[in-house]
Amino acid sequence: MTNSIGDIHLADVLLVTGSNTTEAHPVISLEMKKAVRQHGAKLILIDPREIELSNFAAIHIRPRSGTDVALLNAMAHVIINEGLARKEFIEARTENFDALKEVVKDCTPQWAEDISGVPAEMIIEAAQVYGRAGSAAIFWAMGITQSSHGVDNVQALANLALLTGNFGRPGTGVNPLRGQNNVQGACDVGGLPNVITGYQPVIDENVRAKFENAWQTSVNIPPKPGLTVTELMNGVLEGRTKALYIMGENPIISDPNTNHVREALEEIEFLVTQDIFLNETAQMAHVVLPGVSFAEKDGTFTNTERRVQLVRTALPIRGDARRDLDIICDLGKRLSGSNGKTSSDVIRPVTDWNYAEASDVYREIAALTPSMAGISHERLVPNGLQWPCPAPDHPGTPILHKEKFTRGLGKFTPLTFREPIENPDEEYPFTLNTGRVLQHWHGGTMSRRSEGLDWVVPEGEIQINDEDGVRLGIETGDMIRVTSRRGEATGKARLTDKLPRGMVFMNFHFAEVPANALTGAGVDPVAKIPEYKVSAVKVEKI
Amino acid sequence: MIKPDRIVTTTCPYCGVGCMLNLHIRENVVYRVTSPFDAPANKGNLCVKGRFGYDFVHAKDRLTQPLMRKNGELVPATWDEAMGHVASRLLEIRDKYGPDSIGFLVSAKCTNEENYLLQKVARGLIGTNNVDHCARL
Repeated sequence: MTNSIGDIHLADVLLVTGSNTTEAHPVISLEMKKAVRQHGAKLILIDPREIELSNFAAIHIRPRSGTDVALLNAMAHVIINEGLARKEFIEARTENFDALKEVVKDCTPQWAEDISGVPAEMIIEAAQVYGRAGSAAIFWAMGITQSSHGVDNVQALANLALLTGNFGRPGTGVNPLRGQNNVQGACDVGGLPNVITGYQPVIDENVRAKFENAWQTSVNIPPKPGLTVTELMNGVLEGRTKALYIMGENPIISDPNTNHVREALEEIEFLVTQDIFLNETAQMAHVVLPGVSFAEKDGTFTNTERRVQLVRTALPIRGDARRDLDIICDLGKRLSGSNGKTSSDVIRPVTDWNYAEASDVYREIAALTPSMAGISHERLVPNGLQWPCPAPDHPGTPILHKEKFTRGLGKFTPLTFREPIENPDEEYPFTLNTGRVLQHWHGGTMSRRSEGLDWVVPEGEIQINDEDGVRLGIETGDMIRVTSRRGEATGKARLTDKLPRGMVFMNFHFAEVPANALTGAGVDPVAKIPEYKVSAVKVEKI
Repeated sequence: MIKPDRIVTTTCPYCGVGCMLNLHIRENVVYRVTSPFDAPANKGNLCVKGRFGYDFVHAKDRLTQPLMRKNGELVPATWDEAMGHVASRLLEIRDKYGPDSIGFLVSAKCTNEENYLLQKVARGLIGTNNVDHCARL
């Protein structure tokens, strides 16, 4: 998020798209509801489904799945044509405006209506409400990003905020709602193939030299970015990836195209998992290392507003499990030969892998990462710190891009609309959309072991539009089979008027009703994010 | 009302909102979860998972010992055996097929410190940038 959860209520207009906030980020949705109810903010909701936030929306736009760029380009068209663009902001703080103007010139609301099915007047009204706001904040989640044009979608949203000067002030900004508790942090500390800590790129020679020097590596950090999850799995089947070390993830359930992942993991020469349960992926491993849960260790998580917060040991470790930090340090010692065992001669002892506490590790992160240089565990009491925090006396940064953008000038990106990779056709006439439900989490490893949550929602349902259901002779509770080009899933049907006709909605929390056996038609060419929200499927009663 | 042996302030392990939790613990069981009203992200609010979703910590099927596959079955092993095997296999594979034949999936559920260290193993010891996690999923 460029802005903070605490300033949501200061927005005059909220534009929420591709986020079922009340189910996936419930506590942030409370702030959105507060903004609407107590502070009179207008909510523009863009989502094909009717969701709880629909009840709070001034305008609810329900586009055909995957037509975001057409819709958002048309909003930019209206904002420019009606003189709602902020000239001073565009001149002082942005570049490439003319290119955007040229591209959206022909993106009329009528053109977008023909593509997205959203009435032109509604697009005009939404653009006017967003464009006239004193402060307007945009929020999105995976409904925007999990698309074969996810990067385009995000840039199209950023274009709207740049056009209207909605950056750098409370109640504005572009605000992705991050999914997992520490997905922000995992990205921040180098858990990506192309960047090391604080998004320092591996292609930069100076960056590599800095880390090689600090870590005293004898191997070189390769100058080329590594492979993403999806590419690693493909790599196994192509014979390039021979070993995987998986910590705290269950790709068989959470990755697209389950059958493909399972096939890959059956093929692989060596698979290690480090986890707290023997999940579906661990069952296929050669070695399973028992780590500990969040309640049995110290460390930090970084939330969606870039706030680094403490995790504290609350319970003793069970059995012979080990703190994950200790497991990795043990591995580090063995691989570097610093435990006295000899290994291949190219690997010499690197830095000593004796970190007693998580705070020692954070000190090393801070020393190597300018944007986090001022953060230490000691400073995180009581409220955490939001990066960038470049110095020990820096208060952290609740709002990004205040005076200028990180890159200097904010850049408009001219975008052209592309259809999703797999639209429905005669053989697979429905569009499958996937997402979360409030009571469960991701692959269900945690939430399904919690009695109360499992009692409320004990099984994964397959939702279909009620008219479609009647047409196919399906009633709520009937067992149905959903099939895509990649696999099938069976489960109980629930008919609902909250889905548009032609849409099937499944959550991915239940291994028995595996939504991700069906997904995986394609990925975004830049971000390599799978198109989870649009897969063509057929539905039949069994 | 049950009196806690201790109350530990920590951060919720579910979604990216980052709600601050107070875990109320008696005899090493988390029996109640609350949140301080001045918590920066959540101001004392919690969702149903944040308040009631912690049975997994005490689940009977938590892993408590290393496992190794022998004759096709996963069987208990000592730490030294398991870690020794992991290290030597990774080095073998690295030497035979090159560092980029190995991939590391770090975790959006684990801490910053753990993720940092595992990518350090990948980049600094194995010599590969094949580091990713479920950020896209």
